[in-house]
Amino acid sequence: MAEANLEDKKTKIDEAMEWVDARFPATETWEYHLSKYWAPKNHNYYYVFGFLGIVVLVNQLLTGIWLTMNYVPTDERAFASVEYIMRDVNYGWLVRYLHSTGASAFFVVTYIHMYRALAYGSYKAPRELLWFVGMAIFLVLMAEGFFGYLLPWGNMSYWGAQVIVSLAGAVPVVGPDLVEWARGDFLMSEVALNRFFALHVVLLPLLLVALVFVHIVALHHVGSNNPDGIEIKKKKDNQGIPLDGIPFWPYSIVKDLFALSVFLFIFLAIVFFAPEMGGYFIEIPNFEKANPLKTPEHIAPVWYYTPFYAMLRAATFPLFGMSAKFWGLVVMVSAIAIPLALPWLDKSPVKSIRYKGVLSRWALRLFVVSFFVLGWLGVMPATKTYTIMAQFFTLIYFAYFVLMPWYTTVEVTRPEPERVT
Amino acid sequence: MGSDIPLMSASMKEPSNKDRRYFLIQTTAAVGTVGAGLAIWPFLSYWSPSEKAKALGAPVKIDVSKLQPGEMLTPVVAWRGKPVFIVRRTEAMLKSLKETTLSLADPNSENSEMQPDFAVNPWRSSNPEFAVLLGLCTHLGCSPKLVSVANFEDASGGFFCPCHGSKFDLAGRVVAGVPAPTNMEVPPYRFESENVIVVG
Repeated sequence: MAEANLEDKKTKIDEAMEWVDARFPATETWEYHLSKYWAPKNHNYYYVFGFLGIVVLVNQLLTGIWLTMNYVPTDERAFASVEYIMRDVNYGWLVRYLHSTGASAFFVVTYIHMYRALAYGSYKAPRELLWFVGMAIFLVLMAEGFFGYLLPWGNMSYWGAQVIVSLAGAVPVVGPDLVEWARGDFLMSEVALNRFFALHVVLLPLLLVALVFVHIVALHHVGSNNPDGIEIKKKKDNQGIPLDGIPFWPYSIVKDLFALSVFLFIFLAIVFFAPEMGGYFIEIPNFEKANPLKTPEHIAPVWYYTPFYAMLRAATFPLFGMSAKFWGLVVMVSAIAIPLALPWLDKSPVKSIRYKGVLSRWALRLFVVSFFVLGWLGVMPATKTYTIMAQFFTLIYFAYFVLMPWYTTVEVTRPEPERVT
Repeated sequence: MGSDIPLMSASMKEPSNKDRRYFLIQTTAAVGTVGAGLAIWPFLSYWSPSEKAKALGAPVKIDVSKLQPGEMLTPVVAWRGKPVFIVRRTEAMLKSLKETTLSLADPNSENSEMQPDFAVNPWRSSNPEFAVLLGLCTHLGCSPKLVSVANFEDASGGFFCPCHGSKFDLAGRVVAGVPAPTNMEVPPYRFESENVIVVG
């Protein structure tokens, strides 16, 4: 058509790009991952949370590095250095609050991102590996948050770390040695603080960035899922472009930017007006320095770990000669690990909850409710009533997974559409 | 068709609402740029001296009541981590400053890096009797030594830097042909009273 004329009008930029492309796959990469990556056109707003995760990750890296410029990881100076940042360093309070709020935001974003996968069957073939990488990111993220929380060296930091590291003592045979090895000392001390600092600032961030990279590569290899759970690559036009696909750049990017503006509005409102969130983001006992001789009234992890903490505490009796502490550890680890089995637990002929039967819908609803209730129970003290509730909802949580092969087989599903809706 | 949505960079046909689209893109980009600038600002400001650093860099008071003519105040007081040399110059010293036989690189202190306005004069101080200088050689930062006539060409003596041999007169002016490029710095200071100098 007009191609012949355009050939003659090669601009300087075109020439420059040719020079670069001969030496580096710049245009190829841009097209594969952005301008010719075909996103399903029915993506709803559940699909912005991966992007928001990256935004929060960048926030944590930037604010974290800045904090490291003034933070000192010793028993004597850790707590004081945080107060120095808050009071004396220009905008130190802002960088600190961005980091602490960012940590909570990271989990909000990640949990919603994971929920989307559950609802739309994004863990099913051919995305099983994508799901595994995502679960690895989740695990590393939990470790990162755990190590980071010790660093301010407040009293909750200290005692929270003390409790969680002690959990390793429940491992048979090697438990106590493992705890001593992890702490590097006979008690929770500056030795652990210093090594947790190294892990939090260097090792885990590197791991996180590498895993996110792999996560995106894995996704782009198979293409994104969508709310209808159908594979858009099955229907392509004569150019090989999926009929229901739209180019990621510019459409998904622009949509993500809009979502970013909404996210930033909420996020920054919290940073500037409620960074402590009533003691849920920055906990009250943490306003005093770590004191090995004074345990806080209620030791609870930060809100994003509480569902798993509630399940841990729900194991209250010994079984088969193993202690309750051991079973608590088993339950908690299983709760984190069992989602890995989802691609094989889900026997449904359809991917998305939209076309699954009534049993799956109720199972998912109950699962979400149990996750929230367990989260709330994890914050409360472990009274008799609350413990029984935790045991009940732990069973609901596991039932979602354990019964899935059954209910996804017996239920009546609706036929998936040919094209996205 | 997968390509029935108008592609922004398509050379095939112009998108509809071109003007409106361009307007929205440009205003979003402009507001976004301003926002980005505002967002970067705290991270840059974070690097500037903190309140604690500013407090530590606050002015220092120096009592010169015990300083004899011809002597330099010891122990040397620091301001912002730098040594402050205070020399109580004699009449003879002041005279030879004005009638110096030294070949000076910058006799009128035109290129001096730090020099308050009141120090633009032959003795480079507000009060001719007291020389107030930062005790650092302008070559690479060693601390020069106050030397008497015997070790110095000029009748009034001066400062000699042991590291690479730079020389300065008793007003801190650098001698020509030595490694140091500029005159010794004069910090901001004032006399709070007859015997107390506040530096900074």
